[in-house]
This record gives sequence, structure tokens and C-alpha cells, in this order.
Amino acid sequence: MTLAPTRVRREWILTAIIAVIVLGVGARTPVFLTWRNALDTGNDSAILAILVMGQMAVLLTRGVDLSAASNLALTGMLCALAGKAWPGISLPLLLVLACGVGALLGALNGWLITRFALPSIVVTLGTMSVYRGAIFVSSRGAWVSDQDIHPLIKGLPRDTLLGLPMLLWFAAGVVALAVWLLRWRREGRELYAYGGNPSAALYAGIPVRRRLMLAYTVSGLLAGLAGLLWVGRYSIAFTELASGYELTVIAACVIGGVSIGGGVGTVAGAVLGVVFIGVINAALPVIQVSPFWQQAIAGFVILVSVALNARSQRQAGRQILERGHAPGTQGAAA
Amino acid sequence: MKALDTWERVLIALIALVYLAFGLGIDGFLSPFALADSTTNMSEKALIALAMALLVIAGEIDLSIAATMALCSLAMGFAMKAGASLPLMLLAALVTGVACGALNGWLVTRWRLPSIVVTIGTLSLYRGLAQVALGDQAITGYPERLSTWGNGTLGDLLGQPGLIVPIEFVVMAVMALGVGLFLHRTVHGRRIYAIGANATASQFSGIAVNRYRWGLFIFAGVMAALAAVLLTGRIGSTRPNLAMGWELEAVTIVILGGVAIEGGRGSIVGTVLAAVLLGSFTFALGMLNVSGIVMSMIIGALLIIAMVLPRWLKFGGLLRWRARGA
Repeated sequence: MTLAPTRVRREWILTAIIAVIVLGVGARTPVFLTWRNALDTGNDSAILAILVMGQMAVLLTRGVDLSAASNLALTGMLCALAGKAWPGISLPLLLVLACGVGALLGALNGWLITRFALPSIVVTLGTMSVYRGAIFVSSRGAWVSDQDIHPLIKGLPRDTLLGLPMLLWFAAGVVALAVWLLRWRREGRELYAYGGNPSAALYAGIPVRRRLMLAYTVSGLLAGLAGLLWVGRYSIAFTELASGYELTVIAACVIGGVSIGGGVGTVAGAVLGVVFIGVINAALPVIQVSPFWQQAIAGFVILVSVALNARSQRQAGRQILERGHAPGTQGAAA
Repeated sequence: MKALDTWERVLIALIALVYLAFGLGIDGFLSPFALADSTTNMSEKALIALAMALLVIAGEIDLSIAATMALCSLAMGFAMKAGASLPLMLLAALVTGVACGALNGWLVTRWRLPSIVVTIGTLSLYRGLAQVALGDQAITGYPERLSTWGNGTLGDLLGQPGLIVPIEFVVMAVMALGVGLFLHRTVHGRRIYAIGANATASQFSGIAVNRYRWGLFIFAGVMAALAAVLLTGRIGSTRPNLAMGWELEAVTIVILGGVAIEGGRGSIVGTVLAAVLLGSFTFALGMLNVSGIVMSMIIGALLIIAMVLPRWLKFGGLLRWRARGA
């Protein structure tokens, strides 16, 4: 009962921090407050938002998908190669290919994790290198550069609808679907239930394996979609594409208040996490801070936000039973 | 013998298989020089894997360990630029490693945060600081002695050219022995197992759980400093992307070595054997001109197979039966 207000407050705090940064940077360099810059920042954050929605579904189940960036790069490369090999390929087919391959790779993670009861961090650590290597094998190490990328792939993120680039529409659509799944659908609520207490979820009759499969497949599917969009936006595909991006995705989730411990997090918070990272990345060059600071700042922000998360959760007193034990364990731990 | 449990035997068999198969297939693979060379490939990674093994057995993880290496190497480089002597440079690396580990440990114990999130954060922070400090530059011009430690053999050090065992391998072996004795032969080692198996129960049975956790994170920083000194000496330069991605390789070594990722189980013998297996395997693939990315793909697949196979053989039937029962 005490949890709901703290969660709402947290998102408002994050919104306020973002607003302060935007206005502060805007006061120094007014160009930061233009519609053009907002559009650029949104464009840069759109792919991250898509990936974050998938990662969030997995994080809610106490898991983690480290293979997301490799999945993105592999699917992107396969789409680029397909576009190069068959110039007559249609856009729906490309989208189906991207989502299908991505979902398949995600489902493989889910199968390994549920079938053999393996920890997700190790499985996705393994598939991360396997998928990354598969890019090299499928492309024989060659780059697919600008002139070989199919015009449909290049056009996809750049086309505009109602004045906004398609990339933003894709992100908005994925976010809307995530809200629908995680808020209104039984399957989505069961992801929270499982993350909150896996054994209770099992005894309550939730088809645990199927829900875990769902989470990893969705994460893979969105990574695949993001791969197609990434290759289109930067119009290049190579082996090291988006290497290490999985940490940025997890960082956005954590900043947005999605708990690594599972069961806690809102779509709105995760989106704010994405916006935060997007704003920081856009602001650094504008205020002439070296872009080398990006990573250090992201790390610092992760640490601060998890520390804040942990404190607000402790104060809320999540479980009734823990109250009785809490003084003893706290005293001993301190 | 407990030290040679089933899994360790499997690893030994696999190592023998690698040396036999590649020894027959590649000319000169079994020559003493190639054998000595194949160990440098894995010695530095084994050093951080040793610390990682202790952490994982205690139910923690340190993903920032490779980024810590980069910062340690950086500290050494800056100390050199400031005109420090070699011992002072080593001290700078050590202090940096201890500070990085202590920060991780403080965040994990004082704030009671999960170590995976903390160290993802500090991974970003440490690597980011290295990038801020160096940008796209590199520090070079390290003293000759450092290069000898990284590239030289025991014979160079003792003045006997016949001893071609690399110094790095000797350092690794000594550290492995020390860590192995600590974990398997002292009460502290038993306590680390206990903490990993059930931290709450350990707490109530009088183990200072958080002090051990903190100590292990600091130890990880020390090992990162040691590995950074050797690596910097071997390649002779400091770049912000030094040892990039090694944290995952260290975790792979630890898991392949039979340490349970959920904590409480595992051995140093297994970890060292896994390091030797991966080192010899990648060295052989390197001689066959297999590219690095394909090697890491094979290692990733090995990691998954290493986990799936025992469960498939042993518990596969049991799990299916339990799933039906439920």
C-alpha cells in the first residue's frame, strides 16, 4: 500500500531532474530547446526505447538478457544480407524476417533457461558471444556498407508520418503495446507476479515456463526489430555493431526504476530512463563536455539510482513478515 | 580425492584431448616453446578468474573487474609520467585496484545492493573514467623491467636460458596455489562456501558476512591490479579499452570450471583447469588462423554446453518427472 505513492514520486523526481537538465542546458545554449534538437534526441533514443521494453519484460521475471545487443546486430546483418541478395524484397517481408529471426533467437534463450533450469545471466552471456560470432560467420567478416543496404531498409526509419519520423512511431507503438501487455493483460501481470515471488506464482497456477518463454521471446523480437531499424538508421552492418549496447539498455531500465530483483517497474519509469540517457547524451556535446564523459556519467547515475531504489523499497516495508525479522537482521548486518 | 571431482576429471580429459588432437594436427604445437607460449594467453585472465571464482562462490559477482584493470594500468601510466620509480608505479596500480574494489564492496555491503547491478554501474564508471582521462590517446614508454615481467621467462629472471616457463605463468600458478589453499584448507574458505550457500544462515551462525564480502571485492581489485601490471608490461601500452570484455571471459572460465553461478559450490582446481583448457584451445585455434570472434563464439557455445550437458544427462529425467507431477 505504501509502495504505490513512492513509485509515483520516483517518476516525478526523474521527470523533474530531466526538466532541470533540459532547462539548465537550454539556458546556456538556447539551440538545445529547439524542436529540431528534441526530434534528434527522440530519434537517437527511439531504438533504445524499443530494446528497453523487451529487457524490462525479462528483468521483471528476475532474469536478464545480455544477448540483446548481439541479437540486434545479428538480425540487422541478416536483414542487410537479405536485402542485398534479393533486391525485390518487400517491406512487410523484411519486418517479418527481422521480428521472426529476433524472436527465434530470444526463444532459444528462453528454451535453454526454462528447459534446463539455468540462470539467465549465464545463458545469455553464452548466447551473446554465439550470436556475435554468427554475424561474422554469416557475413564472412565483411561489412555491408551504405550502397549495399536495401533502399527500403534505409527508408524505413527516415520516412515521416504526420511530421514525425517512422522511428519515433515504431518506438511509440512498442511502448503502447508494452503498456497494454504489462498493465492490462493477464500474461503481463503474471510476469510481475512471477518476479515478485516465483514459488508463490507456481503454486497460484501460473504457467511459469510459458510466461518466461514469453518474456525472452518478446525481448528477442524487439531486439530483432531494433536491428532492422538500427541498420536502416546508420545504413551500415558489421560484426561489432552495437557492441556493448546491452549495458546501456540495462542502465536505462535501472535508472527508470525497474528492479533487477524482479517484479518492480513501470513502463513510464523505463521510458523516463531512456529519455534521461538520451538527454544526457545530447546535452554533453552542446555544453562542450567531452563525449568521453558519457559512460562515466551513466555509471554514476546507475549507482545513485539503485541506491535510491533500495532505500525507498526498504522504507516501504514490502513484506509483512519481514517486519518481525527486520530489526535482528539489520542490526547484525550493520 | 575431493579436489578431482567428476567435473574436474572431465576438464582434464578435455585438456588432454585438445593437446592430443591439435598436437597431431598442427606442426610444432607440442614443441616446448609453443607450450610455454600458450600459457601467456590465459595467465592474466586466470588471475582475475581466481578472484571471480571466490566472489561467485560467495554468491557475488564483479563485472567491473576488467574496467578496474584499465584504471590500474592508467594509474601506473600517470605515475610514470609524473616521474615515479617502478615500485611507486606498482603502488599506484595497487592502490587504484584496492580503491575500486573497496567502492564495490562498500556499495554492496553498506547499501545492501545486488552486486550485479553495482558492478554494471561501476563497470561503466571505471571504464568511463579511463576514457575521460585518456580520450583516444595511449600511454607508452614503460620501463624495460616491466616488459620483462610481461614477456620474459623464468630463465631471464634467474639468468638460466634453459628455463622457458613464462613469468606470467609462474605468477598465476603461485596465486592459484595460494587462493586454492585459502579456499579449500582454511576456515575462511569454508565460511565463503557457507556465505554462498546461505548468507542469512551464515550471518546467524556468527560469520561476519559483510566483512568477507568486502574483503573479497578488495581482493578482486588487488588481482585486477596484478593482472593489469602484467598485461601492461606485456603489451607495453595503456589504452582506455585495455582488457575490454575480459569480465565476461573471467565469468566464462569460472562457470566452465564448475563453479555454480548461484554460489556455494565450485573449486579453484576446476577454475584453473578451465583457464588452461580455454587458453590452450584458443591458442590452437589461433595457430589455425581462426579469427578471434569465431573463437569467442566457440567459447560461448562451450559455456552453454558445459551447463546443459550435466543437467541433461543427470537431472533431465528427474526434472521432466517433477514437471509432470506438478
